[in-house]
Amino acid sequence: MISVQNVTKRYGSVVALDGISFEVSSGEVLGFLGPNGAGKTTTMKILTCFIVANAGTVSVAGYDVIEHSLDVRRRVGYLPESVPLYGDMRVIDYLRFIARAREVPARERKRAIGRVVSDCGLGPMLGAGVGELSKGYRQRLGLAQAMIHDPDILILDEATSGLDPSQIVEIRALIREVGREKTVIFSTHVLQEVSATCSRVLIINEGRLVADDAPEALRAQASREQTSLVQIKGAGGTEIKQALDALAEVRSCRLLGAGPGGYHELRVESDFGVAIGERLFKLVREKGWTLNELRTERATLEDVFLALTKGEGRGGGGATV
Amino acid sequence: MNLRAVSTVFRRELGSYFNSPIAYVFLVAFVLIPNVLFMFFYEAQRQLSMRDYFGLLPFVFLFFVPAITMRLWSEERRAGSIEILLTLPVRVREAVLGKFLAAYAFLTIAICATFTIPVSMTMFGRPDWGPIIGAYLGAILMGGLFLALGAYISSLSTNQIVAFILSVSLSFMFILTGFYIVLRAVRGVWPFLADVFSYLSVLTHFGNIAKGVVDTSDVIYYVSFIILFLFLNVYAVQSRRYAG
Repeated sequence: MISVQNVTKRYGSVVALDGISFEVSSGEVLGFLGPNGAGKTTTMKILTCFIVANAGTVSVAGYDVIEHSLDVRRRVGYLPESVPLYGDMRVIDYLRFIARAREVPARERKRAIGRVVSDCGLGPMLGAGVGELSKGYRQRLGLAQAMIHDPDILILDEATSGLDPSQIVEIRALIREVGREKTVIFSTHVLQEVSATCSRVLIINEGRLVADDAPEALRAQASREQTSLVQIKGAGGTEIKQALDALAEVRSCRLLGAGPGGYHELRVESDFGVAIGERLFKLVREKGWTLNELRTERATLEDVFLALTKGEGRGGGGATV
Repeated sequence: MNLRAVSTVFRRELGSYFNSPIAYVFLVAFVLIPNVLFMFFYEAQRQLSMRDYFGLLPFVFLFFVPAITMRLWSEERRAGSIEILLTLPVRVREAVLGKFLAAYAFLTIAICATFTIPVSMTMFGRPDWGPIIGAYLGAILMGGLFLALGAYISSLSTNQIVAFILSVSLSFMFILTGFYIVLRAVRGVWPFLADVFSYLSVLTHFGNIAKGVVDTSDVIYYVSFIILFLFLNVYAVQSRRYAG
C-alpha cells in the first residue's frame, strides 16, 4: 500500500530524514513513534505530497508521489499536526468545501457529510464557526475532513494531542474502528496509544528507522527477562527461596525480607514470556503455603523507546535494555 | 486544468471575504471615498465629468488592491491551512487561479458598486457614456494587474503587513514609470528607456482606455502582466514544496 525507499529530506543543512525505508501493507494500523524532531511529520508530509523528498522513491496506493501526485492525494486522508482549518467558515460549510474539493460527487455529498458528522460526533456544532470550536471539536473536524472521501489510507499527525482523557479514548476507538478496513498511519509520542491502537510500530530517531515491529514484540525485544514480586508465608524465608530457586523456570531469586503479616517478600527473575505466575502458584499450593501478592512486571514501551532513541548507533534488530 | 477545482477554491475564497468584516469595511470605504471625491470635483468645476475621478483611481487602487490580496497566500501559510489545501486533489495552478479570480470578483463587485456615480449623473444631465464605460473597463483591467501582482507578493511572505507594503511599493513602480517628471528625466539620459518606462506604466494604458479608446495593445499589456504574475505565483508556491 505504501512503500518508502531510501528517502532523504534536508531542510537547508539540517537532515530531517536520512535514507529511511519501510513498507506498509493494506489494513495495517501503523504507529509512528519518535522524539520531537525525529522526522515523523516530515515523513507524513512527503507521503501526502505536501513536500518533496531530496532523494529516494515513495509510492502510495501504487502511485508515485511525484509522478502521480493527484492520484495519491485522492486516496489519502490527512490530518496535519496543527489542525489548520479555515477559522472563518462554519463547520458545515467547511465540510461542504472539503467534500467538493475531495471530488465527492454532488449527489453523495450529503450522505458523506452525514457519515463523518456522526462518526466524529460533530452534530451539535454544524452551525458553529470553525474558529470558535474547542480543541476537542477542532480535532474531530480535522478527522472528519480527512475521512470525508472515504480514503483507503489515513495519515494522522498527532491526532490525540491536547485532548482530554475521555476524548482521547473516543478518538482511539475511532482510529481502531477505521483501521479495520483502512490503512492508518498515525504519529504520536504517547506510548500507551501505540499499544492501545496499533498492529505495528515504527520508531524513528534523527531521521533514521530504529525499530519496526509489533508492540508486543518490541516489548519482548527490549527485555529478555521479566521480574516478579511475590509475597509468601508458611515456611522460613530461606526455605522458600531454595524452593523457588529449584524451579526450572526461575533464573534467579532474591529474598527481599519480611513483609507485613508474616509474609516473606521475594523477587524472582525469569525468561520473558514464561508463565511464571502459574508455576509459582502451583508450588505454593503443593507446599501448602499462602500466597499474598504476585506481580509480574514487563518492560514497557517507554523502556523500549528510551533505549532505542537515547542509545548510540543502535540498529533495528538487537536492541536490549 | 480542472475547472471544478478552480471553482471550489474560488467559492471558498470569495465566501471568506464576506465572512469577515473586512469585506464590508472595504466596500463602504471604497464606495464612499470616490463618491465624496466626485462631489468635490463637481463643486469645483460644475462639470458632469468623471475624468478627474478616474485620474485618481490608480492611486486609490494602489492602497485598496493590496488590501484585498495581502492575505490570499500569506494567511494560508501563517495558519498552516495551506497544508490541507495542497494535499487536496487540487493542483497549485488551480489554487492560484481560484484565489486570483475570487479576489478579482470581489474587486469587480466593489468597482460596480461605484457605478452609483454615473447613474446619479443622469439625474442632472446627459453624461458621455463612451469614456465612462471605457474607464470602468480600464479600471477592471488595471485592477487585475495589481491583483495578480499582490497575490504573487502574498505568496512570498507569511506576514500580511509585509505583503501589503511590498505590494504597494511594487504597484507604485507601475504608476511611477508613467509620471511626467520621471519620463522627462529618463528621456534626457536615454530616450529609449523612457519609451520602455512609458509602456510599462499602467497610467499610459489606463489613460488610453479611459478616453474611450479600447486598443488591443492595451488589453494585451494588462493580460500579459496578469499571466506573468500568476505564473510567478504558481512557481513561488510550487518551489516551496521542494524547499520544505
